[in-house]
Amino acid sequence: MSSTPLSRRGFLNAAGAVALAGAFGGLSACGSNTGRGGNGGQGLQQWYHAYGENGVQQAVERYAKAYTATPVSVQWNPGDYSSKLSTALLSGGGPDVFESTLQISMVRANQIVPLDDVIASAKDDFAATVLAGHTVDGKVYGVPQAIDMQMLFYRKSMLDKAGVKPPTTVDELIDASRRLSTGGVKGLFVGNDGGVSTLGGPALWSVGLDYVTPQHKVGFDDPAAATAIAKLRELNTSNSLLLGAVKDWSEPDAFIQGQVAMQWCGLWAVPAVQKALGDDFGVLPWPKHSGSGTPSVPVGAFGAMVNAKSKRIDEAKAFVKWLWVDRTEHQEDFNLSYGFHIPPRNSLSAKADKLKSGQAADAVRFVKEHARSSNPPDWTQAMRTAFQDALSRVVREGADASTELRGAVAKAQDELKRLYG
Amino acid sequence: MKTSNAKAFWLFVGPFLAGLAIFAYLPIGWSLLLSFFDAHNTVTPTEFVGIDNYLDMLSDGAFLQSMGTFTLFALFIVPLTFVLSLALALLVNQISFARTFFRSVFFLPTACSYVVASLIWKLSIFNGLRYGLANTVLSWFGIEPIAWTVSTDPPWYWLVLVTLRLWLQLGFYMILFIAGLQRIPQHLYEAAWIDGAKPGWQTLRHITLPQLRATSVSVVLLTLIAAYQAFDEFYNVLGSADGYPPFARPPLVYLYYTALGSGGQDFGHGSAGAVILALLIALVTLLQGRLFGFRRGE
Repeated sequence: MSSTPLSRRGFLNAAGAVALAGAFGGLSACGSNTGRGGNGGQGLQQWYHAYGENGVQQAVERYAKAYTATPVSVQWNPGDYSSKLSTALLSGGGPDVFESTLQISMVRANQIVPLDDVIASAKDDFAATVLAGHTVDGKVYGVPQAIDMQMLFYRKSMLDKAGVKPPTTVDELIDASRRLSTGGVKGLFVGNDGGVSTLGGPALWSVGLDYVTPQHKVGFDDPAAATAIAKLRELNTSNSLLLGAVKDWSEPDAFIQGQVAMQWCGLWAVPAVQKALGDDFGVLPWPKHSGSGTPSVPVGAFGAMVNAKSKRIDEAKAFVKWLWVDRTEHQEDFNLSYGFHIPPRNSLSAKADKLKSGQAADAVRFVKEHARSSNPPDWTQAMRTAFQDALSRVVREGADASTELRGAVAKAQDELKRLYG
Repeated sequence: MKTSNAKAFWLFVGPFLAGLAIFAYLPIGWSLLLSFFDAHNTVTPTEFVGIDNYLDMLSDGAFLQSMGTFTLFALFIVPLTFVLSLALALLVNQISFARTFFRSVFFLPTACSYVVASLIWKLSIFNGLRYGLANTVLSWFGIEPIAWTVSTDPPWYWLVLVTLRLWLQLGFYMILFIAGLQRIPQHLYEAAWIDGAKPGWQTLRHITLPQLRATSVSVVLLTLIAAYQAFDEFYNVLGSADGYPPFARPPLVYLYYTALGSGGQDFGHGSAGAVILALLIALVTLLQGRLFGFRRGE
């Protein structure tokens, strides 16, 4: 079913409902469970969104069955998971344990409980960027389950033919995109919106900035941000971007079908690309702006969380500890046996054979060296909308970057003031 | 007798009334209540903020811009829908051959889901690749493929959205007009012809249009409200998993992201915006009723 790309994108961006999910979610989201917390006193209830890969549902059900201390029933949720979950958390009738990305509003509304004691014994083993994405006010609220990341794919043979080296700066990338754009093939595909939704973060990171600073200040209140965003405009006016593709950036179709020489996609696409192109492709992080900036790969991870309104908080915490902290073989199986993820625990990603060679090994290295949180907990919807609107006006309509960013900075400042005072 | 009448009344009206109360009036009232509170991630807020949410929304450039855009959209789509559906109705009403067939054919799109139609428009007719239907046609004339839903200069997405909306809703308003046309007594036309009126523009101008006044007012009213309430096809054509672009963003789409966006729910501002939009629709509707009058034509 079509849930693979949807769940992926949800996974990384948690960016709300999408057409198909909205359309079919209502129809398909009827599980056998009522979704009430506590499950009538019979045991714990755990929610997952529908993973696209075969076997994941059976796997998580198997883990739950293997837990002997408390009965656990698993509910699989196809469709628009994030809307369904937030409604459930609001009503007080949600699951005891569930997977989600962390948003600060969940913490502020007391919807979830801190899991510091759950993760304590292995905290240092979790990848730092990923764990930071599950931390608010110094407390951990989610135990990361699996890492997904985005990166740049390029077709080795096409680059060789055009005499282009894999780009290491944004300017080199734009130049490469131009030179690779010949005879019906476009140079680069970064999404049908010209990269507005995918490349905002990478652009900021390329000049050493971020969405929000650790001191809770706006991270892109800096002239360099405008310079970085202007590069995305340059890319969009280079006439070398593929636009209006049937499948958006999160699926590798355009790349596999040879419509483009390079595409912004993610780790999840590696098996499909390998199958279609063999070894004729390489992967890169989003390049640095110039000499001084940094390359980056956006990472995101669902974490296991415990509902604060659950009647069995202690049992739920014990289950999460058993499932994702104590029993490492579950995380290993979950990450490596079905799709293509990186285990959040360094000890596991280091010893995984599947991740030791080729493009997968590159991806693991990028995560280690260049990982940035694609969706930090205090990057709220209001900030995101303001930032993306500004970006869209600059990148797609040619508005002035510093003027547009000023508006987004003001909005983000208001939000941060509301959140942190 | 009287009591059994009352019983029957409640038996038939009761369920409908209960449904209306629970699923329409209660949410409206609740939304009104929420609009005066700081309701982040809660529907039972405690922090009363007075009219702050309203002030925020009224000074929110993105929200005002979306209302402005859709006032323009209404000014454009309402007359267009009106003229085209009336023309269709006149044509279909006039032919003597296969009338039912044509009536059904034009009405059928109304039964099509907005989501499905949006996906067909976006992915098959107006996709940006060479083999998209629209681009294939253009290629016969040697024109380069156009990224229909992506290009902002010129804003081709309006062509996609407007043709989609017309295709979906023309049939419905056509049926309204046909019903209106069939209510015009034939003897009016006969009397006019005897008095020397020519069939065509003269009869249309002096008999058909005045007789259609009540229908026309309803059609304008319905298309106007529908224009402000635009959501489905916009969301499905221009929206993606990563959000919605700032252009051609209907007020409802903006409010949807405000109230239910993934970075946390903000029901206070969302509800305030919804109330403002409802008031705007009511205002425009009243104004329009004043101008054209509901009853004058009858």
